Amino acid sequence: MTAPTMSKDAGERPGFASLIPALLAAALFAALSCAVPPVLGGTPLRWSYDWIPSLGIGLVFAIDGLSLIFSLLISGIGALVMLYARSYMAGHPHFARFFWFLTAFMLSMLGLVLAADLIAIFVFWELTSITSYLLIGFGHDKAEARRSALQAMLVTAAGGLALLAGFVLMGTASGSYDLTQILAGEGLQGHALYMPILVLVLLGAFTKSAQFPFHFWLPNAMSAPTPVSAYLHSATMVKAGVYLLARLHPALGDTAAWTGTLTAAGLVTAVIASIFALRQTDLKQALAYTTLMALGTITLFLAGSSPYALTAAISFLIVHSLYKAALFLVVGAIDHGTGTRDVALLGGLRRVMPVTALAAALAGASMAGLPPMIGWIGKELLYAGSATLAPSVLVMVGVLAANALMFAVAGMVALRPFWGPEGKPPHEPHEAGWQMLAGPLVLGLLGLIFGLGAGLVQPFVDAAVTGSLGQPRAAGLHLWAGINLPFFLSLATFALGTLIYLARERLRGGISATLDRLPGFDPGWDKLLDGFRAFAGWQARIIQTGRLTQYLAATFVVLALTLGGTLIVTRPVLVPDTSAPLLVWVIAGFTVAGAALALNPHSRIANIGGIGTVGIGVALIFIIFGAPDVATTQLMVETLSAVLFGIAMLRLPGIIERRTGAQQMRHAVIAGAVGLCMTLTVLAIVSHPLDRHITAYFEESSYALAHGLNIVNVILVDFRAFDTFGELTVVFLASIGAYAVLKRRAGRARK
Amino acid sequence: MKSLILTTGARLLIALFLVFSLYVLLRGHNAPGGGFIGGLIAACGFAIHAFASGVAEARRALHVDPRTIGTLGLACALIAGLMALPLGAEPFAGIWGEIADYKISSVLLFDIGVYLAVVGGILTLIFALEETL
Repeated sequence: MTAPTMSKDAGERPGFASLIPALLAAALFAALSCAVPPVLGGTPLRWSYDWIPSLGIGLVFAIDGLSLIFSLLISGIGALVMLYARSYMAGHPHFARFFWFLTAFMLSMLGLVLAADLIAIFVFWELTSITSYLLIGFGHDKAEARRSALQAMLVTAAGGLALLAGFVLMGTASGSYDLTQILAGEGLQGHALYMPILVLVLLGAFTKSAQFPFHFWLPNAMSAPTPVSAYLHSATMVKAGVYLLARLHPALGDTAAWTGTLTAAGLVTAVIASIFALRQTDLKQALAYTTLMALGTITLFLAGSSPYALTAAISFLIVHSLYKAALFLVVGAIDHGTGTRDVALLGGLRRVMPVTALAAALAGASMAGLPPMIGWIGKELLYAGSATLAPSVLVMVGVLAANALMFAVAGMVALRPFWGPEGKPPHEPHEAGWQMLAGPLVLGLLGLIFGLGAGLVQPFVDAAVTGSLGQPRAAGLHLWAGINLPFFLSLATFALGTLIYLARERLRGGISATLDRLPGFDPGWDKLLDGFRAFAGWQARIIQTGRLTQYLAATFVVLALTLGGTLIVTRPVLVPDTSAPLLVWVIAGFTVAGAALALNPHSRIANIGGIGTVGIGVALIFIIFGAPDVATTQLMVETLSAVLFGIAMLRLPGIIERRTGAQQMRHAVIAGAVGLCMTLTVLAIVSHPLDRHITAYFEESSYALAHGLNIVNVILVDFRAFDTFGELTVVFLASIGAYAVLKRRAGRARK
Repeated sequence: MKSLILTTGARLLIALFLVFSLYVLLRGHNAPGGGFIGGLIAACGFAIHAFASGVAEARRALHVDPRTIGTLGLACALIAGLMALPLGAEPFAGIWGEIADYKISSVLLFDIGVYLAVVGGILTLIFALEETL
């Protein structure tokens, strides 16, 4: 996505309407802020509506500590991003569409973190997948954007399906879909279904939060416009998986399987992502990989179940949302102001873009974990928490490596473009407007304020860790926790980070050379898709021959096999009753004669006449057995179908037999088998006494309830009126469809 | 295929078919008949007319495009079904009232809807087939 240039947006200033999404987000933020006092006071808010009571599914929303943190981040960062996008996207041909998508995404995401019913969570979960698909593929004229959007969609939606299955199992295991009840219960750790539930839920969460080995879609999703990357990949979409893990921690966590899987996935993701990040020269790509690293870290700490580990996870989540959104917005501003995101071309921008440089410095300091930013506190907690995780040495080394690499990347993103010698950007750099500066600046300053006043964040973390995660207490957030192991590890991080930053050019070369030799995930994905397409094409060529005879043959073979199979398995007792009056025998003979006539292979009119004769014979039988309504309908339908067949078939050329003898035999066998099975089935049905209780009900109630004596009609227009309405719609739509096909054909023929 | 006998006969028949179809529609509640059969009968009448005098003539006789008739039918049925809602009943429940000793109901409107939808659907198909094939 190239940023729109200034010359383009000079002419059209966005109208007031484009401010509405930002105002909506701000209003939501304000409304959610009203929930802060009660929730922090320990009373979660709850609002529920019986959605599908028959299935025990409700539309339940609840705000507890965890939801509060997420919803405030989503709406708050949402407001800033919308404001930013108003300037960033100005002059874009699909300006309004962008805001619709972004607002829809924000609302889905809010729904997801506030929903307290498994099915409602799933619905919002899928909505975020769909809306993010639209956002990633926003530049739909580019093949790369389309590919990335599809990849993100397929990976996350596949995970979503696994999640749905997991939720259904959870509902079965705990007897309720209501999250509050599930979390208040014993937990599912001891249940027989625990393992399948865990695997399915983790599949959902890992795909959404791009954990290894599903990490490959996230960097590709950077083809979205920068405000989207800032929003989706910092505060929201990718955090949905982490949110789910945190949310279900009390019900599923604290087992060997949970801890082992999360530790492994989190650690591998964090370390791999840090290495990949260092390789990038595109600022946005570098940030994307550090997002992966952060997600890995949060997952890693959610593996634990000690107050320290969970406090670290929640705090780092807040820290990361703040600085990552800010840095993405900064990168967008650089892109907008200079026309490039390539580190090699950028430098010395602090003179032209002083405010952006300030915001970048604040956010970068938080990312690097420098005091007195909240990033420093977050990093200290990570080290303190890693001591409680097993195997603690390995975790600590992994976290140290990831933090050091992040320190280096922070320097690359926040320092390098603004300091040093002047770069050679494609066009003369200029400072961004206030709307694009507000977001990064506010978020950067918040990192500083929360660092200095850690007491402001503490109650939120407390509410989440004690209320939502069920821990007895949360660890304290302190700017100065004394001289201890985390402190020394922090110093080591800075030293190592500085070294990596200085040696980055050499490292980048080395990493690139090594990685190029390894098989990548992205080409693997392409192979997978190609294979799937090839398979689809192969089976379509076999099944979809386009020949009507083969479709009919397939249909009738299946019919014969199903009926025949059922007959063989059930072996019904057949009691053919041949005692019928002579008249019925005559009509039956007449009907059979019609059927024989329909077999005439040389004349279409004979076929139509034969089928019509069969129909009229059946109508006569209806009359004899006292069903005048059905008989009349049958007669009318027969007449009309004879007319329709006549119109269509008599205009066809004469019948020329092209089938070989063997084919004819095969068709005859199929027809005979269907006829035989059908006859036996009907005989089997009439050999049993008819269940008359429904008939009796309608006989009794037809007049009493519906004031009508004609039962058939009363059933049609009253008892089952809704069905009839559906049938009418189908009949009429089918005619309209046929009409459209016929008219289009006629139009094409005329051309 | 123009035949004077068929053309003249069809003109008489169509009137007969239409009157009979209305009769069948209205008596359907208590005696054999109803909107579905009535609609089929009326459609048959116009189909014969279309055969005898051509689709253009049949369309003229019908005055309204069959697609409009079908849509109208669906609308009637839907309105009849939703009438129950403001009165606090389940959707598609029959609503009965009395005007000057004549019982009247949403069920009748529904049946008229069925009649129109069937006429509209079938004639749309037959006319289109006749015109294009």
